[in-house]
Amino acid sequence: MLASLLIVFREVFEAGLIVGIVMAVTAGVPGRTLWVSGGVVAGVLGACLVALFTGGLSELFGGNGQEIFNASILGFAVIMLTWHNVWMARHGREMAAELRAAGEAVAAGSKSLAALGIVVAIAVLREGSEVVLFLYGVAAAQGGASFGMVVGGFIGLILGALVCFATYLGLIVIPTRYLFAVTSALIALLAAGLAAQAIAFLEQADILTALDNTVWDTSWILSDSSLLGRALHTLIGYVDQPTAMQLVVYIATLVIIVLLMKLFSSPASRRPHIAAAE
Amino acid sequence: MIGSSQTTTGMGGRIGAIAVPLLFASVLMAGLQAAKADDAISLSVTIKDHKFDPPEIHAPAGQAIEFHVKNLNDIVSEFESSDLHFEKIVPAGSEAVVHVRAQQPGKYNFYDDFHHQTQGYLIVP
Repeated sequence: MLASLLIVFREVFEAGLIVGIVMAVTAGVPGRTLWVSGGVVAGVLGACLVALFTGGLSELFGGNGQEIFNASILGFAVIMLTWHNVWMARHGREMAAELRAAGEAVAAGSKSLAALGIVVAIAVLREGSEVVLFLYGVAAAQGGASFGMVVGGFIGLILGALVCFATYLGLIVIPTRYLFAVTSALIALLAAGLAAQAIAFLEQADILTALDNTVWDTSWILSDSSLLGRALHTLIGYVDQPTAMQLVVYIATLVIIVLLMKLFSSPASRRPHIAAAE
Repeated sequence: MIGSSQTTTGMGGRIGAIAVPLLFASVLMAGLQAAKADDAISLSVTIKDHKFDPPEIHAPAGQAIEFHVKNLNDIVSEFESSDLHFEKIVPAGSEAVVHVRAQQPGKYNFYDDFHHQTQGYLIVP
């Protein structure tokens, strides 16, 4: 029971942080509940599919199927997050400022919601497939799902969901005029962290071997396998022993996102304030 | 699938503007990719009855490692190490390869993340 509680909590916790951020970022945008819950459902279904085909997936690309799959979906999530931030830099303020164009803005906004819905789906899929594999393995070994496993998994799910809710509550108390800046920064850091994770998978598969020296070792201060370390790993991509390539890609992703946001930001609405996004 | 349909909408130009530098970066990285770690040392470990065999493996310092792990349990494992930064699902009865960058001297823990009684160590003298 404890094993299933811990595994389920750990994975739901990691996905929950991302879902919590997305919920806060999209607070007040009509239709966001549909997109976020749609993302969660798609992620759960995807997780089951990935778990079902793990054997076949592993054998692809000369045994590197898992790594290439993970790196690819992480890369896709990075593109979706980047696009969201760029879109918000262009339209976020006018969307809030010009109520008369609200209908149009909401229609356009659904594209950005779709990007975030995909990010949610990817987060749930990645963490969820491990849960499915683990629980399936336990059930298979026991010849069926046991009461302890179900209860443990359920408590883990509830605790993980609480983290998601706490993340959301923590972010929405931020005053609206700062919210845009804070969420843009969070999304950019999240994207950079996911890009660095994708690099780790390519390194593990020996597809990427350049700059694989360890830049620093802070595992004695904060191990990235501790709870706080894991949270920071998910949120801002904290790694206690990053390779030079991970660091280069992390910084490059941040720079690219900031440059694209500046490049596409709407000149007419470069004002420091945004109206309430209700 | 959803993403590709979006490129056909008005956002296509912007997607391109994002995809191009990312593509460029990946090409650059491929170009940067130095000689493959041909000098990696190959180590084999088996998981059976939820134990690693051997439970301790030795590797020289400063040399990249190619871990071959064979799962002889009748249940899926996740071969993982937070010390060595890798994680890989190994279905029952199959073999997987994980690449680890060169390590400093030390004792590094690896384990089956789905069955934590399965613990092993890499020792770099």
